[in-house]
Amino acid sequence: MTQTPPAPTEAPPAQVRPPADEHDGEQHEHPSDRQYVKIALILGALTALEVATYFESVHHLGDAALYALLVVLMVLKFIYVVAWFMHLKFDSVLLRRIFAAGVVLALGVYLVMLTAFRIWGG
Amino acid sequence: MTDLAASERAASAPTGTPPAHPTTTGLSHNKLAMWLFLGSECLLFGALIATYMFAKSRLPAGELGPNDVFDIPFTSVSSFVLLMSSLTMVLALSALTRGEERGFRVWIVATALLGGTFIAGQVYEFTVFYNLGLGYTTNIFGSAFYTLTGFHGAHVTIGIVMLMSALVASLRGRLSPRNAETVELIGLYWHFVDIVWILIFTIIYLFPQ
Repeated sequence: MTQTPPAPTEAPPAQVRPPADEHDGEQHEHPSDRQYVKIALILGALTALEVATYFESVHHLGDAALYALLVVLMVLKFIYVVAWFMHLKFDSVLLRRIFAAGVVLALGVYLVMLTAFRIWGG
Repeated sequence: MTDLAASERAASAPTGTPPAHPTTTGLSHNKLAMWLFLGSECLLFGALIATYMFAKSRLPAGELGPNDVFDIPFTSVSSFVLLMSSLTMVLALSALTRGEERGFRVWIVATALLGGTFIAGQVYEFTVFYNLGLGYTTNIFGSAFYTLTGFHGAHVTIGIVMLMSALVASLRGRLSPRNAETVELIGLYWHFVDIVWILIFTIIYLFPQ
């Protein structure tokens, strides 16, 4: 009575995942230089708009409107740099989540802190 | 064995795609660590910005404040300079990945020069503010302002040192498209410093005082 040896089995790749681009099914091609220049021009234009709010001619809008406009412009610039220059738009979802976690945590913690100290509303 | 299989898979990846990383996530550990570091830096700068906002709201009337010292046109130019350094940084990385060593060196030097210009502007600004009577311990606004912008300036300075290190590595022939990730990590740090300034410029300088 002979026992047949078990067929060699390949260990499942439990510890090692395929490269991120296969795993996430995302494109990892970086933008071209021309696209980078376009983004920089957009960022420059957004900065010019921000600086324009400093001048008296737009102060009739009121503080609330100026705050809202400046926050929108700031967020747009932030997103453009992170997405295009830091390549997060083209990179792994995991990296996006890690950075978003830091931003959201910081935003949440410090908004609560500032609210607790009642700094809003002058 | 699985590591070996992953390494083989990495080696057989088609050209034109970034090198695969035989790690548990499929991502470079260095890059993962850099993003974790940048995520944690959000908390550092969040704390400094929040402290500044709190300090400004508690500034007694009549004390030297933002309206008395800020020079928005000057700071706008500095902000623009730092923003454009992000462009030269990505162009440097782009040149390196194409194997254009000369292009890489030109753009990396341009980035460092723009960063240096920003720091020079900050030193000038601090000097002007000090001459106007705003020292580090003059009042709560001064302490918070110098701490926040000083920390940012220190980050920019460290970034310039990294850029110079990359230039020296390139001149010694130690940088090639194969290890472009090193420059990518420096770039991530540099862009992070830029986005922090985007926040500081709007919240500290441009928000109606």
